[in-house]
Amino acid sequence: MAPHDLATQLTALVVDDNTINRRIHQKLLKNAGVKNQAVGNGKEAVDIHCYGQSFNLILMDMDMPIMNGIEATKKLRSMGICSMIVGVSSRSMESEIQEFMDAGLDDYQVKPLTNAKLTSILDKINHSMS
Amino acid sequence: MEVGQMQRQWVDYTKSLFMEGLLNGQQFLQLQQLQDENNPEFVFEVVSLFFEDSERLLKDLTFALDQKGGVDFQKVDALAHQFKGSSSSVGALRVSNCCLALRNFCLEQNTDACLRCLQQLKQEYCLVKNKLETLFRLEQQIMAAGGSIPMMELSF
Repeated sequence: MAPHDLATQLTALVVDDNTINRRIHQKLLKNAGVKNQAVGNGKEAVDIHCYGQSFNLILMDMDMPIMNGIEATKKLRSMGICSMIVGVSSRSMESEIQEFMDAGLDDYQVKPLTNAKLTSILDKINHSMS
Repeated sequence: MEVGQMQRQWVDYTKSLFMEGLLNGQQFLQLQQLQDENNPEFVFEVVSLFFEDSERLLKDLTFALDQKGGVDFQKVDALAHQFKGSSSSVGALRVSNCCLALRNFCLEQNTDACLRCLQQLKQEYCLVKNKLETLFRLEQQIMAAGGSIPMMELSF
């Protein structure tokens, strides 16, 4: 199967409290042929998994109300969620990024995501599936 | 004015916004690249969302900093963080830098500095809003004349 075909079967969840960032990330994913949904905070991300949904990729913002990205990532991993979780944030301090990575991220990217960054993430997923 | 001329005007105007530091060229062009036949107005939609969001945030910031009984700096900081996020995402560079400054003044709990910063933030927002609205008007004129928006590259 050509990589492009694999990509059209991928699913993603965008977790971000900012409407504009959600819109941009969803469009990026849609253009890449990835079926996607968006939620506004970490708790909603956890709940959607509790309802039985699963995704190949989760784009997780760090700073969110109710439940932030670090707490949500820890919770999802403790629930046994093995999806690729990519932290997407504007934080640039090493210690903050490390704390986020330690919560269970597979990767961290500075916000906002670009086409090139998303392609490299999707390539990793496709590679791990083949 | 014929289409070619209008398109050149659009390119020059867009470049000037990058040169003046009003827009982050890379970020704005990334947005443009997301536009396609299925979503020909994607940039316009995202920027319109940004305008709505910004107006609400500026109102809330003004209210939060006007509290005579004491300013809740955590609240102001949270609003500035939101504003910084959305302005960065659309490439509104000067607005996002102002938000960063505002967050720093919140850390210092300096009400006067926050108020001065908010004033500047409002000015920068108005400026970029006017410029973007002009840009969209140019785009509408090009499309009404049967032309298309040029694809720009950051090679200048």
